[in-house]
Parts: sequence; structure tokens; C-alpha cells
Amino acid sequence: MSSALRTLVSCLGAASLAGLAHATGPTPGALGLQPAATRIAERLHFFNDFLTVIMVVVSVFVMALLAWVMVRYNKRAHPEPRKFSHNTLVEVVWTVFPVLILAVIALPSFTNLFYIEQEPDLVAIAEAGDMDDPNVYPEAAAKGWITVKAQGNQWNWTYEYADIVDDEGYPLSFVSNPLHKGRPTDKEDYERATGRTDFDSKPVNLAVDYPMVVPVGRYIRYQTTASDVIHSWTVPSFGVKTDAVPGKLNEGWFLVTEPGVYYGQCSELCGVNHAFMPIEVRVVSEEDYALWSAEMLNGNFEGAVQVVDAALDGEAVRFAEVTMIEEQ
Amino acid sequence: MPMDEIALDGADHGHDGKPGFFVRWFYSTNHKDIGVLYLVFALLAGIVGYGLSGLIRWELAEPGIGVLTSFVGGDIEAAKHFYNVVITYHGLIMIFFMVMPALIGGFGNYFVPLMIGAPDMAFPRMNNISLWLTGVAFVLLLLSMFVPGYGAFNGFGGGWVLYPPLSGSTGHDGPAMDLLILSLHTAGIASILGAINYIVTILNMRAPGMTLHKMPLFAWSVLITAVLLLLALPVLAGALTMLLTDRNFGSQFFVPDGGGDPLMFQHLFWFFGHPEVYIMILPAFGIISHIVSTFSKKPIFGYLGMAYAMVSIGVIGFIVWAHHMYTVGMSLDLKAYFVAATMIIAVPTGIKIFSWIATMWGGSIDFKVPMLWAIGFIFLFTVGGVTGVYLANAGIDHQVHDTYFVVAHFHYVLSLGAVFGLFAGWYYWYEKMFGVKYNKALAQVHFWLMFIGSNVIFFPQHFLGLNGMPRRYIDYAEAFTQWHYVSSIGYAITLVGTTVFFILLIESAIRRRKAESNPWGEGATTLEWTLSSPPPFHQYSTLPVVKGEGGH
Repeated sequence: MSSALRTLVSCLGAASLAGLAHATGPTPGALGLQPAATRIAERLHFFNDFLTVIMVVVSVFVMALLAWVMVRYNKRAHPEPRKFSHNTLVEVVWTVFPVLILAVIALPSFTNLFYIEQEPDLVAIAEAGDMDDPNVYPEAAAKGWITVKAQGNQWNWTYEYADIVDDEGYPLSFVSNPLHKGRPTDKEDYERATGRTDFDSKPVNLAVDYPMVVPVGRYIRYQTTASDVIHSWTVPSFGVKTDAVPGKLNEGWFLVTEPGVYYGQCSELCGVNHAFMPIEVRVVSEEDYALWSAEMLNGNFEGAVQVVDAALDGEAVRFAEVTMIEEQ
Repeated sequence: MPMDEIALDGADHGHDGKPGFFVRWFYSTNHKDIGVLYLVFALLAGIVGYGLSGLIRWELAEPGIGVLTSFVGGDIEAAKHFYNVVITYHGLIMIFFMVMPALIGGFGNYFVPLMIGAPDMAFPRMNNISLWLTGVAFVLLLLSMFVPGYGAFNGFGGGWVLYPPLSGSTGHDGPAMDLLILSLHTAGIASILGAINYIVTILNMRAPGMTLHKMPLFAWSVLITAVLLLLALPVLAGALTMLLTDRNFGSQFFVPDGGGDPLMFQHLFWFFGHPEVYIMILPAFGIISHIVSTFSKKPIFGYLGMAYAMVSIGVIGFIVWAHHMYTVGMSLDLKAYFVAATMIIAVPTGIKIFSWIATMWGGSIDFKVPMLWAIGFIFLFTVGGVTGVYLANAGIDHQVHDTYFVVAHFHYVLSLGAVFGLFAGWYYWYEKMFGVKYNKALAQVHFWLMFIGSNVIFFPQHFLGLNGMPRRYIDYAEAFTQWHYVSSIGYAITLVGTTVFFILLIESAIRRRKAESNPWGEGATTLEWTLSSPPPFHQYSTLPVVKGEGGH
């Protein structure tokens, strides 16, 4: 690969975002995917870069052919047109060659698809204990699944933790509301409801009042459903997107390798406030996760938020700063 | 037919058996007049659809909820609904009332009979019904924008895909959605009647000696399109009817509480919806083939390959629908199948692109206005095609599904593909249809402004999509500001281009430079160029006879 091509690929890929260690949402002016926070997203990054190289080559090839015929065969350069209209060999080549290119694309594409779609067998992964394979996490596998259900409502998300139950056996369940609804009163509403004063440091249209929280380095099984119309739960840096369909329980998985704040936005048109039901996932250590769950179970939502805020102090601030620097 | 001649001839039924003005244009059964009416209709609908997209780009030029509030009395919530209404009707109008009427109803009606050597369409009166039902459907659609859709807010704001439960009584309780269903039913009937007419005409009324394998590629493209319409539209009609009874008569086809399945609607919709995108692009393929051949002064390369590439695109188009639905929670095996089937479409599409270039290869290319649009089409359609390969692969589609990447992709193949094909055809046949010449300098300015402008609109949207900007958002995270701004600048450029286009139309109507019967010379070999410009009111009273290898 020539250096020019490599530069182009790195521009189109994630390299342009290298300044953000744990960047968590969209990056101002970015050309490519959000940074990967899971193995799923890493593999999709690789596939995206791979596909981009092939597709840039194909496009440049077609462009070059067009440019060549326009220069070589315009009426001044080539006043007498030739009359041929068939060439079996050429026709076979341009049928077979694209098939080969597609086969080359299909190979990594299908391996990725199977990796994403097949829920990992944690028992088998833990038993095999293969620490060198980047696709599996035996230590995490030994600890089993954490299951979170995300239910889309018009217009917020309800998160339910089947593993965090109170004394009576009811699972932890709470509503995650957007901070921004495009209204002038959003700040007052937020401050009145939560008593917090950090509204201005939160990224616009991405932040919520009570985020979904999961521990770092654990296998998370997420489920989606909806109470009214179809919504779609996604976190781009995790490489996952699953529709939340009323009457249906969809499932997927991810494992986040770095603590941080990760943002997503509802990705299926769901009515008036479709643009205002963001997804915020805080990934913290297992200890902080345990603290957070305890506070949430006690009904101390603000205390729980303080736990994750303190745990991720650096991350949240860093995101806000980068956004502001880019604006200046 | 120049307008002043019509006025002069109005009373005396003119030469050539032309009826008076009202009878001619309102009772019209003449395929050329109906074709012109379809084009005028598409132009009017196109102005509405293009205006709506202007509202979208104006609103999104900067973050926050801005200009749309001033259209709804300053109410933020109403503005949010209005935005959803704008994107919904922009899509529906551009698809059903601009691209389809222009390419199929307009150019199809006007040029299919001319190209195959037929005096008219097989069912002239049915042709008239198709036209006016399309008009009625458009009126119903516009009406539905101004009656309550969601609560007190007017219009349906659930996107052109009409997914329930958002399009059911859960999401939109008002009558706007019912009117919209009625509108699409009516437009669907019009299209089915039109499709029957094309199929019968093309199969039965070709001139002596014109076998299917000698038929011009535009006629091929319309034949395949008509078959797709005939097979796909009834499925949409069924889905819409079920939606209508769900909304009004208590059936629960798509209502989960009653055991219905909202995803069933998506399957039915896309079983129609995917062929629909080929319905929009195939006639453009046909037009581009003729233009490339004409201005390269060479016969089309690989004629049979071109025809059967379109046939296979049409066939495969019916078995790939669920690639629009990778994120709904379908099983891995089903996803894997749709990935494989979808990628195969790249092969016949590649054949078309390469054959167009091979047609130019060894030719003597004259860069007249239609050829500029055609070359622009080939390049832009290639870009839209390669982004389609990303979307075909379910893994990466999870990342970009329902983001601006998808918006960029389908605007590259439709807004820069079908619409460029449409303008290519417009400038190719303008003299033939209207009997006057257009100003070539203005037409070139129009092309360059549209080419640059639409690329500036849509190329940055790939970046937005990869970066995670979801579709159908009235407001966005600050990180998306830059590229949205650039995209809106692009719209402003196309606005200048569109103004130039209307100046061109007015200029040519005022100056009335007399048209030639064949302005393009030896390269233009299809039958319509053997007639005067405009052609006589009734052509081919003696049927032309096609001999040898000619005809395509």
C-alpha cells in the first residue's frame, strides 16, 4: 500500500480521532467511525478500513477509465469512431472479477457477522482459557453474564437489571431521561429534578439524567424491547445497534475494555422527540458498579450518580473539553 | 408543441387531427400529450419536494431548533413534529410524484411508442386514467399534510417507510395517515394500470422486424420496470390495507397487543420497497445507454449483456428486501443469506457501468449537454454503488444503519443517480418533445452547479453517518455541526442551479429557436429521431420496418 493511500485510509478510519484516549461520542468534524471500545467495534473498524481500501480502489479505477476515454476518445482526439460492440473476453472478465472481489469481502464480513451475532459460550471460553485470543476474555467469561434490558419509550429509556434485585426479588429498574429536549427551559427542568448544577458541562443531546451503568471487562448481555413504537438502542463505539420492538425481546452482547462514558442516540424514528432520547452508558470498575447498584436499590439515585461521576471524573470532563476546544 | 400554436389552433381543431385545448390536455389519450403532462406534473411535484428538502437543510444548517419554529407559530414541540412531516413528505413526493411520473409516466409514455415504432400506447384511455389518478393521489397527499396527524399537529411524521406502530393509531391517531394511505393506494392503482399498459404495448406493438433483442434499451428498461411495478405494488397495497383496517376497524395485523407483528409490515413494505428503488433507477439506466451511445457515435457495447443485466437486477431485486432490516432482530442465518444475495447485485450493476465505459471506448465523444449529465451519472452512481456494498454487509451496517451514511448512499443513487438520469433525458429529448432548442450555455451552468452542489450536500453526509449521526433528527450533538453546515451550503449551490434551470426553460419558451428533427447527428439511431420535432400528433400511420442489426 502506497503511503498516500495509507494516509487516505487513516483519514477515513479512526486514526483521525487518536487524540481522545477514551473518546465516547461523536468527534467534531470527524471523517470516520467513532473510536472502538469493544472487540466487536475493533473488528468492524478493521473491516471498514479494509472495505474502504477496496472501494476507493474500485472508484478510482472507474474514474480513471472515464477520464481515459474522455481524453483519448473525445471527438478532437479521435474523430472517426470505431464500430465494435462486443468483446466476449472483456465481458467475462468484468463479470468474474467483481465476483472475486465480493468473495474477498465476504470472508471477513461473515466471520465478523458470526462473531457479533453468536452469543459467546462463556463456559467453553472459561474452560479453554485462551488468553492470547483477542476475541475472547476467559477471566470475564468465568464470572458469567450481566444482563441489562433497555426498553424504549416515547421518549426515554427504561433500564432493568435482572442481576440486581431488592429484598423482595424485584429487579432494579429506572428511567433514563434526556437532559436536552430542544427547549429553552431544559436547564431549569434538569436542575429542579436532580438538584445538580452540571448542566452546562454535559454534551448537548447526548447526556441523560440517570445513565445505564455496567462494569468494565465483563460480558454484558443487552436486551431491547419497547412499550409503544419501535425504537433502536445503539452505542456506536460498541459497534452494536438493535431495534427495540414492542412485543419482541431482542438480544445482543458486548464487553467494554476501558472505563468511560459512552454515548448513543435512538436510531429508529419514534415520533416527535426522536432526536431527544439519547443513550448514555457509564463503564466503571466492578467495585464502583457494586456501590452504584447498592445506592440505586436504596432509591438514592443522586448518590448513585455521584459514585459513577467520581469514578469517571477525568473521562467526562475530557469529552466536554475536546468539544469546546474544537468549537473555538 | 409550442404553446402559441396550440392557442391559435384551439378553435379549429388544427391540422393533424389535433383536438381543442381543453379536450386535448384534459381528455388526452395521445401518448405524447400524456407524457408531456406527466413531465409537467413531475416538475410541479418536484418543486414541492425540493422545497421541503430546502427546509430540512435550512433547519440543519446549525444546531438547535431554529427556522422550522417560525412555520408553526413558534411552538418547539410543533416544530419537532413538523420536521418529521417535512422529511416524510419530501421522500414520498420525490419517489411517487417526481421520479416515477417523470421517468416512467413522462419519458416512458412519450418515447416507448416512438422507439418501438408504435402509433400509440395499447390502452390510450387507461393511460389517461393513470395520469389523472396520479394527480388525484398527489392532491390527497398534500391534503394529508394539512389535517391532524399526531394529536393537534398536522400531517404524518413517521417517515416514508410508514412503520407501525408509529403509523398505527398508537403513533398517529389523526386522519392524516388515513389520507396518506388513500393517496398511496390511488398512486399505486395508477402505476399498476400504467405498468399493464407498458407491458402490453411493448410485447404486442413493436414495429415489424423489431424483435425483443433488437428493441432499444430504454424500452427494455421500461418493460422490466413495469413488470417490477406489477409484482411489487400489490404487496404494498396489501400492507397498506392491513394498516388501514388496523387503524380504523380494530384488526390487529401489526398490533403487538393483539398478537400482531409490526415487523411483518416491514417485510411486506420492503418486499415492495426494494424493487421500488430499481423501479426508479432502471429507466435512468435505459436513458443513459442511449445518450452514451449517441454521443460516442458508437453502438451500445454488449447490448444483450446490458438488457439481461437489467433483467437480473430486477429478479435479484425481489430477494434482497430484508437488508433494510438488519437491526430488527432477525436470525443469523437469515442475515447471512440477505448479505450474500445483496452483494450479488453488484455484479450486474458493474456490468452496466463497464459497458457504458466500453461504449465510449474507441468512440468519438461529443461532450454535449446530455452527455455531461450521463457521464456525471456514471461516476456518481458508482460512488453510490460502492457505499451500497458497505450497507450490504450486516456487520458494518449495524454501525451505519439509520445514520446519515444511509442518507448519503441512497441520495447518491437516487438524487444523483435517478435525477441525473432524468435531467440527462430531459436535455436529450427536449428539442424532440417541445420543438424548440434550449440555451446550451445555461444548460452547462445548470449541470455544473448541480454536480458540484449535490456532491457538497451528500459527500459529507458519509462522514456524519460514520461518526454516528442518526437520520431523521431535527437537532444534533455539537460534534456534527461542521459537516451539516457544509451540507447546507451544498443545497444553496443547487438552489442557484435550479434557478438557472427555470431561467433556461423560460428563455427557450420565449426565444423559440426552431428544433431540428435530429440535432445529434449520426450517433442518434433510434426511431424517434426519424420523426419531426415535435413529432406529428399521430405518428407511424405506415409502420416503420426494422431491418438487420439496427434499432438499438
